[in-house]
Amino acid sequence: MDEKKRILLGHGGGGLLTRNLIDEEILKRFGDGPLRGLPDGALLPSIDGDIVFSTDSFVVSPGFFPGGNIGDLAVHGTVNDIAVSGATPLWLSLALIIEEGLPLASLQTVLDSVRTAADNCGVQVVTGDTKVVRKGQCDGLYVNTAGIGKKIAGFNLGSSQVQTGDRVLVSGNLGDHGMAVMAAREGLGNGALKSDSAPVHRLVHALSPFAADVRFMRDPTRGGMAATLNEIVDGADVGILLREDSLPFSAGAKGLAEMLGFDLLHVASEGRMMCICSAEAAEQVIEKWRSLPEGTDACEIGRITEDSGRVILETGIGGKRIVDVPQGELLPRIC
Amino acid sequence: MKYIDGYRQGDAGKFLGKRIVENAALLADKHEPIYIMEVCGSHTMAISRFGIRDLLPPNVKLLSGPGCPVCVTDAGYIDAALSLARKDVIIATFGDMVRVPGSKKSLADVRSEGADVRICYSPAQAITLAQENPEREVVFMAIGFETTMAPVTTLIPSAEACGLTNLSLLTAFKLVPPALNALIADAEVKVDAFICPAHVSAIIGAEAYRPYVEERGVPCVVCGFEPLDILYGIDNIVSQFLNGECALVNQYSRVVTDAGNATAQKLFETFLTPVDAGWRGIGVIPMSGMGIREQYEKYDAAKRFGVSTDGGSPDPGCMCGDVLKGKIIPSDCPMFGDACTPQNPVGPCMVSSEGSCAAYFKYER
Repeated sequence: MDEKKRILLGHGGGGLLTRNLIDEEILKRFGDGPLRGLPDGALLPSIDGDIVFSTDSFVVSPGFFPGGNIGDLAVHGTVNDIAVSGATPLWLSLALIIEEGLPLASLQTVLDSVRTAADNCGVQVVTGDTKVVRKGQCDGLYVNTAGIGKKIAGFNLGSSQVQTGDRVLVSGNLGDHGMAVMAAREGLGNGALKSDSAPVHRLVHALSPFAADVRFMRDPTRGGMAATLNEIVDGADVGILLREDSLPFSAGAKGLAEMLGFDLLHVASEGRMMCICSAEAAEQVIEKWRSLPEGTDACEIGRITEDSGRVILETGIGGKRIVDVPQGELLPRIC
Repeated sequence: MKYIDGYRQGDAGKFLGKRIVENAALLADKHEPIYIMEVCGSHTMAISRFGIRDLLPPNVKLLSGPGCPVCVTDAGYIDAALSLARKDVIIATFGDMVRVPGSKKSLADVRSEGADVRICYSPAQAITLAQENPEREVVFMAIGFETTMAPVTTLIPSAEACGLTNLSLLTAFKLVPPALNALIADAEVKVDAFICPAHVSAIIGAEAYRPYVEERGVPCVVCGFEPLDILYGIDNIVSQFLNGECALVNQYSRVVTDAGNATAQKLFETFLTPVDAGWRGIGVIPMSGMGIREQYEKYDAAKRFGVSTDGGSPDPGCMCGDVLKGKIIPSDCPMFGDACTPQNPVGPCMVSSEGSCAAYFKYER
């Protein structure tokens, strides 16, 4: 029966329909914690240590793509922002803006994905909000998540910590998310290319024994690795040299990027992280990452140089060129 | 991926790079530096993207040529499109044209003021646009060299077949061979050899370059767009100079034949006719463009609306013309990277994804 049901404006009106939607869809999935009883704000236990707080909004089009949907993406996005800040994610808020007419079944699938992803990340959805807007005022469903995490002791991160000779490591193939969403949107390929949407908090935890050697962590989302790396060297005394032969790309993403004229260094990942660490620790970090399911393709892609302010790529044939930040918006609405 | 990875093999590239350096060293005593012009914008982009210039010795120089269709389109042509856009005409265009400045404004500017400018990925989308808007005029910005000219020209028979009366083409088609003639004849331009365009050659055939080799003594190599294609081309040209030869070589035989694409050539003959054409920053080159034949003039937007695509007055400080003729490299222009960037382009070479200024800015500044 649910297959035919759709979200009505009345579901956001604050009356009986709203109450039913919250009871049936929200509390059923998230009502086992601080959300029970629907207080206006979640009462959370005190944390011993520094707190990391982050938020992100998700407008990905299409909302369902190979390898994920807007629900698990919204959990991973905020969890990963907290994780790469050197913290353990604990609690999330979840706000939904729903377009009138969205099939209820779609909302249910998204909410199931939110719950599954939250459990996988060890976080709890503790507060939220639901709004319904008229047809045409949003595209199906927009999601916002905000999250709180507890700082992991030992990390002293920042681009100012990066030193000449340090190594640049990534946890897996780059750009799969952006290309998978693009393929889904344009009806290209056979759906074989999957988004890499996933949490990176376990990869961050795996780094804690090497905390003193880790200088910087980031999840390369919008703008891809090129934007992340340029941000690090911008105005700094150091530069970065990447080796094209070392860059991990899946065959599917590579083929599609060639066809559409994209540089995969500009394309977003949503379940990968990069870290810059000392040369001494690099091999151990890679080994540790590779022992985790989400880090099996981890590798070193380059090193920190004295070439102040520049990210340079040594191409497969041995030439060198600049890795620039993407100009303008290449791939709108990928997260 | 075999047609990509196979032509990007690192070891083979390094081998060719090393051989170019060795042969160029042997040549250094007996010859001035060799200036090789890559005519096509996609070659320029590939050379920058794969770091090919970085592999070359000082006596082998690469110059970018006039082979980026957006870059050579006159300001007056943009002005004509702007005047049509202001008359409530739907302007259908490839995306690169939208930000190219005319004398004062670009299509992006007039679009922000309310003009109806639609970006097409394929010329066929213009047919759909005309069908969906029967009460309005649709003008397709028909620019391009022989490669693009072929699919765009099919709009004429397609419009005939669909009985469309509201679609026309604002043409600024350009031909590669007359441009090469003009460059060779220009005493200020120093070109010793050409890396000939890849996909233009698929249309016109490799033999089109025979006269430059036999009558003008300029070696020509038709190359593909992958790094090994281009390195092979450079290696071959250096070897020709070392051995005192002058030959036409078709390295891109997996796509390019001697005679070219007969279907496309027939299409041009049926619907188009050679015309004098203005090249931005270069001037008018006789019979270097193609216009619509008189019997199909109802599809000619310039005649239909009585607009002129000539002239225009681009920014006087812009040195795109000298870049397009290979007289300077992009970074020699005083505006490069400061007054002129991809975000705020002054000249078309900084706008186009095939423009040499854009390539230098993106990969080599």
